[in-house]
Amino acid sequence: MAQRGDSSADQGPRKDVPSDRQMETVLGNLLRTGVLLSATVVALGGIIYLARHAAEVPDYRAFRGEPADLRSLRGIAEDVLAVRGRGIIQMGFLLLIATPLLRVAFSLVAFAIQRDRTYVAATLIVLGVLLYSLFGQ
Amino acid sequence: MDALELTVWIWLGSFVAGLLGALTGLGGGVVIVPMLTLVFGVNVRYAIGASLVSVIATSSGAAAAYVKEGYANLRIGMVLEIATTFGALLGANLAGVLPADVVAVIFGVVLIASAPLSGRPPAPQAHGGKPDPWATWLRLDGSYPSPDGPIPYHVRAVPAGFSLMFVAGALSGLLGIGSGAVKVLAMDRAMRVPFKVSTTTSNFMIGVTAAASAGVYLNRGYIDPGLAMPVMLGVLPGAMLGALVLDRAKSALLRKVFVAVILLLAIEMIYNGATGRF
Repeated sequence: MAQRGDSSADQGPRKDVPSDRQMETVLGNLLRTGVLLSATVVALGGIIYLARHAAEVPDYRAFRGEPADLRSLRGIAEDVLAVRGRGIIQMGFLLLIATPLLRVAFSLVAFAIQRDRTYVAATLIVLGVLLYSLFGQ
Repeated sequence: MDALELTVWIWLGSFVAGLLGALTGLGGGVVIVPMLTLVFGVNVRYAIGASLVSVIATSSGAAAAYVKEGYANLRIGMVLEIATTFGALLGANLAGVLPADVVAVIFGVVLIASAPLSGRPPAPQAHGGKPDPWATWLRLDGSYPSPDGPIPYHVRAVPAGFSLMFVAGALSGLLGIGSGAVKVLAMDRAMRVPFKVSTTTSNFMIGVTAAASAGVYLNRGYIDPGLAMPVMLGVLPGAMLGALVLDRAKSALLRKVFVAVILLLAIEMIYNGATGRF
């Protein structure tokens, strides 16, 4: 991407540094792709789930929490490999959660290329909270 | 009701919720939790889990379109996301501690407070005056496209907006909603960001905010795949269709009807919560 090395880095827009506008276009495509991919995986998992469990009567009245395999990344990965419908749906939700996370990670790279230290710091904080929520429990 | 039947009904209900939410600009998420709990008898914690998933989906789906139009201000979004994500973590953890009845009552109160709020006309733009030093330091001022070329704007009251955003994030994490109304309030009223910029930036931020609590929800077992699947797959196409056929003139009446429905649901949530039915 951007080649650095001249001293005019902080003086106005440069051709090889992505502008805010270009960032926005890439971000838009990223978000759309993430949502469509996630919805497709969820739908696939849903078909498998319903094909096997359509006649069961689920009880959502009392909260028991999901079984352990549907609450962790590792468990979900194992379920997907075993082609379990509910695990595949959960995988789709993980992709959905990952979409905004990727968006923030992408902004981090873009701000870093723009050499915008303040915004690199702001983005790192947001990314840290998101990662903590997903992995730090 | 067996799983297939339940899936079909929840899918239909979510589709209509997404459609009405987009047509009225109120968001489909606000009726998902009352619908699941009051109509389908779903536990509040499963309901907010399913709702949150649909909130991320519609936010990211709509943001894709908004971002390209050039209204969203990514810098304002990133700064305020610090507040909303910390708020969301707090809210999601509160959701695990507070009894279901209390969560239901808070939900009802927030619904009542935010339904009319988001329908008010945008605040007039403030011109002149001293620029906010925070806005200057963070380079938050921007411009948005118009037929007569870009229109520049200044951002004010950054600390006030930041604090309101923390509250918006906490409500989002506690109730599994997007809190779009509070987010727009913070940017539109406090920070005096132009209405189009505040609505699109708010929508853009909702996905990141919701993702911050989604991790906690997932780890706590609030996200049930069998339940959240029809909700997400219903709300998403509903909201997309709504955005496609949006007609401002017709939506005024629809809005009134939808607000009335929301208020009724809110009262029922509060009543059921207060009488310990959740």
